Order: sequence, then structure tokens, then C-alpha cells
Amino acid sequence: MPDLTPSGQSILRSARGSSHFLRETLGRYYATLCGDLIILLTVTMVAFITVKGLAAFTGPHPLSPLKFLFSSHWQPDADPGEGGPQFGTLAFILGSVSVSGLAVLLAAPLAVAASILISVIAPRAGENFFRPVLELFTGIPSVVYGWVGLSLLVPFIRNQFGGLGFSLLAGGLVLALMILPTITTLATDALQNLPDSLLEGSYALGATRWQTIHRILLPAARPRILIGVTLGMTRAFGEALAVQMVIGNSVRLPDSLLNPMSTITSVITMDMGNTVKGSAWNNALWSMSLLLLAITFGFIVIIKRLGPQDTKNGNHF
Amino acid sequence: MGKLSKMVSIISLIGAFYAPSAFAAGSSVTVMGSTALQPLAEQAAKTFMEKKPEARVLVQGGGSGTGLTQVAQGGADIGNSDIFAEEKADINAKQLVDHKVCVVGFATAVNPKVTVTSLTQQQLIDIFSGKVTNWKEVGGNDQKIVIINRPKSSGTRATFKKYALKGTEEASGLSLTEDSSGTVRKTIAETPGAVGYLALSYIDSSIKALEFNGVAATVANITDGKYPVWSYEHMYTKGEPAGVAKEFLEYMMGPEVQGKLVAALGYIPVSEMKTSR
Repeated sequence: MPDLTPSGQSILRSARGSSHFLRETLGRYYATLCGDLIILLTVTMVAFITVKGLAAFTGPHPLSPLKFLFSSHWQPDADPGEGGPQFGTLAFILGSVSVSGLAVLLAAPLAVAASILISVIAPRAGENFFRPVLELFTGIPSVVYGWVGLSLLVPFIRNQFGGLGFSLLAGGLVLALMILPTITTLATDALQNLPDSLLEGSYALGATRWQTIHRILLPAARPRILIGVTLGMTRAFGEALAVQMVIGNSVRLPDSLLNPMSTITSVITMDMGNTVKGSAWNNALWSMSLLLLAITFGFIVIIKRLGPQDTKNGNHF
Repeated sequence: MGKLSKMVSIISLIGAFYAPSAFAAGSSVTVMGSTALQPLAEQAAKTFMEKKPEARVLVQGGGSGTGLTQVAQGGADIGNSDIFAEEKADINAKQLVDHKVCVVGFATAVNPKVTVTSLTQQQLIDIFSGKVTNWKEVGGNDQKIVIINRPKSSGTRATFKKYALKGTEEASGLSLTEDSSGTVRKTIAETPGAVGYLALSYIDSSIKALEFNGVAATVANITDGKYPVWSYEHMYTKGEPAGVAKEFLEYMMGPEVQGKLVAALGYIPVSEMKTSR
């Protein structure tokens, strides 16, 4: 360290001597700095998206929020002669809701049943085999799910059920597969974290294993399982790539399991790079991002609401 | 001072890692946009870098709209586009300099099982506007028509709409929208009754190209002006190009690319056109 001044060297020497300074003070400041940075990042992100997202509703040609939310007329590049650009996103909102709803409907029962197997019925095989497999599942990138969906699922649906194959059903199935590990892992944790006394007490009263599972364990773990389901729903709602590849991206209200449609995320990813900063179309995409953020926040609020109730239950037993 | 010197050496390592890339930034060029032009741009960039190893040319897709938007906003050095910058709304076309590197034709492509071989312009308009929904109405089998669109950012879509459909807006009802020319080709090949549009550089044996008003989409018919669905492939720069961007554009217009690569990859040199726009 030739560039250090003598006083600098002495400070370092004393710092090495007083390891308290390094371990306590320095560590604390570093942790505080990182924590603050994360909060700052979150706040600035939300502020940025909010400002950008609200731009469409102000300015010289403001968009009506009611039309934005409740019209399904999406013509972002229509000429003024044809009535001007239209930015109704109802079709996409309903598309996102129905595709993620379908995914949760398909995935949740499977996930809960699998978590019962892992935590109660076959705990050893669960820990050694099922759990590692599930963790592997969560690591698969979404483009791979989309590609598999496009290559296998879409032709399968077209041949078995008719229609084009690109459909709400294809999107729901791909998403269900993607959120299955999330829900299963959280539901398994919920069941495993229940106090042993519950299980033992139930058996002591002469209950069978099945009675114990569905009368005692599942109700006790329900709030935490619901958190898992909500997290799965959040992931499904925000997923863009895999859904976009199999859903067909037609601008239409979802009316059948076998028809193509669009979601909020698929429309944003398709048009993002194409639109010019500050144009009405670009602003409308930002508003859709804000909407997506708001809906995700809604889900997080639901999770937080479920959270405290859960600890209360835990204390109760 | 073990810990501290370790930290310093890590930091200087990171610095050493970043320094060359920061240095190289001066001689690197980002080319972005049209997927119809992408195969040619990628190939030209590869041979350009072989001749000039210190230069870096990065080629990305995204669609013509993306290319124009990004070059205008400074996100790319060169923006590839199938359409003139003046045709895109919200773009300040005056600040962009046009370099026409070649011409590409676009064809109506259908699933190989569709028996129709030629469509008139009116039939095409009826199909894409949703008036005709079954192939038997235009002389084919009793099979529902499935339209495969590109997103609105696509220059292929814009060109097809302008020259093949006389500007008629496509029906959005039951049509599918696919993100890239490659996915459109795959979907047409696999979906019974599918119809879409592709640059000639994407036409292969997995799909069938249709005649337009009885004229096949061949190089000869395009250069003679008989087949109207074609467009210039533009490389736009913001202001006059300089440095590596200028050298790359000169290379694109030079004999190596224009004389060999352009024709080999299914494009047409601008010099061969007997008609112009």
C-alpha cells in the first residue's frame, strides 16, 4: 500500500487492532446502507411507474380512466379519420384475470394434495425426492415453459378439442405448471410447521390419518396455504413470455376456453419497443404497467392480511 | 492489511474487467429493428468484423417500429426498417438519415394443405378484413381460414397492409398474432387453414407462397414492377453516420455485400430495380 499516508496506515493499524470497530460499527453501517438502498430502489421504481402511468390521463388529449378500464376497444394506431386511437384495456384485464384464475383453479388442488403427500403421508420420500424435483421445477426459465407449450400443448389442444390450439386453455395449463411448485412448496412448509402436538393429539383421540389431515391439519394450515395460492396467483398474473407464446394474442374478450385472447403483460411486451416515448400509445402501455403494479399490490395486501391471522392461530394451539 | 489489500485487488480486478469494454465502446455499433432485414445485417456484421477485428457490430431484432423508435431515441446507432421513417407516427423523421441497403419482397403464405394457389387483391382484402372466413369461398376446400398476424410494430405487416390490402385494417377477431417472422412460419406450417405474410427470405418448403393477382413473388417480377408487395430495407442513422457506423454502412453498400450476400440471402440489390418508390 505505497499510496497510503503514514496517518492512514496508523488508522488502519488501530482499526485492525480494535476489531470491534470493523465488526460492529462498520458492519452495522454497511447493513443499514444496503437496507436503505433497497427501500430507495423500491420507492423510486413505484414513483417512476406511477408518474409515467398517470401521464396518459393528463396532458392535451387525456385518456378517460373509465374508458381505459371498461372499454374493450383497442385501436392504438387508428387514424383520426377512423375515430382516433382507442385505448380500452378491458379485454386484456379480463384476459389476465381469466388465465391466471384458470391456472390457480388447476394448480391449487394438485399442489395441496402433493403437499399432503410430502409432509404427512410420505415424509421421507417427500424430503429426498419430491422436494428436490419441485425445486428443480422453479428453476426452469419461463421461455422454456412457453416453448414446450407451443410445441406440445398447442398442437395437442388443436387435435383433441378443435379450435386453433392457441387458447385460454393453453395459457392456463402452462401457467398452472409454472405456479404448481410455488404453491406446493409453501403449502408443504405450512403443514410441516404445524406443532407436532396437533398430530399426536388427533391420533390419541382415535382419529384416522385421513380424519387428522382434513379435519385438523388442513384447517390449521389454511391461512398459510392461502398465502401460497395468492403468491401463485401473483406470479401467474405477472408472467408475460410463456403466456404470450401460447395464448394467440387476439384482441377479444375471453369467451371460450378454446379461443385465443390477450393479457395485459403480453400486450406490453409485444408493443413496448415499438412505441415512441411520450406518444399516447406509449403512455397507455405505461398505464397498463401501473395497473399491473396496482393489482400485484392488491395481492400483497391480501397476503399481509392473511399473515397475522396465521400467527394468532399458531399461538392459539 | 490482508483484508484490505484483498479488497483493493478485487476492486482493481473489476476495474480491469470493465476498462477494455469501456474503451471498446467507441468502436462498437448497435444495429436494431426489422426482423426481415436481420439475417442480412447479421451476416454482413460477421464478415465486416472478420475484416476489421477491432470493431464490434451488434445486430438485434425487435421489428421495424422498434428500430425506428430506438435510433430516434438514441438506443441504437443504426435502426433497421422495412418502412420509411415518414410513415411511422410520432417519429421526427427529419433528424434521421436514410440508407437504402436492399429490397425485399413479401408473399402471402398459407398452410401447404390449402389448395388455393393464387388470390386476387380483392379476395385477399376480403380474407384479412374478415368478410371471407372459409377457403371454399375463394375456390379452395371447405376449411376455416385462420389469419396469422404480426404485431403492429412489424414492418412486414405495414408493407403488406399498404401494398397488398390497399390499407384495409385487418380484423382482429379470431386472428392470431405472432411476435416474429420465424414463429409466423412455424404457426402457418402447423395450423390447418392458416394464412399469413412473410418476407421472401423466410419462405421455405414448410409453407406455400401464393400468387398475387396471378403474379408469383419472384425476383424477376419484383424488379420488373409486376409484383407490387415489396419494400426497401432501410438502415437509418440519427444525423450523418460517423466512425464505425459510417464504415459499416459503406461496407453494406459495397460490392462484397451488394454483389454477393444480398442475392444469396433472398434479397434484391437496389441497383437492379427497374422501378422505384
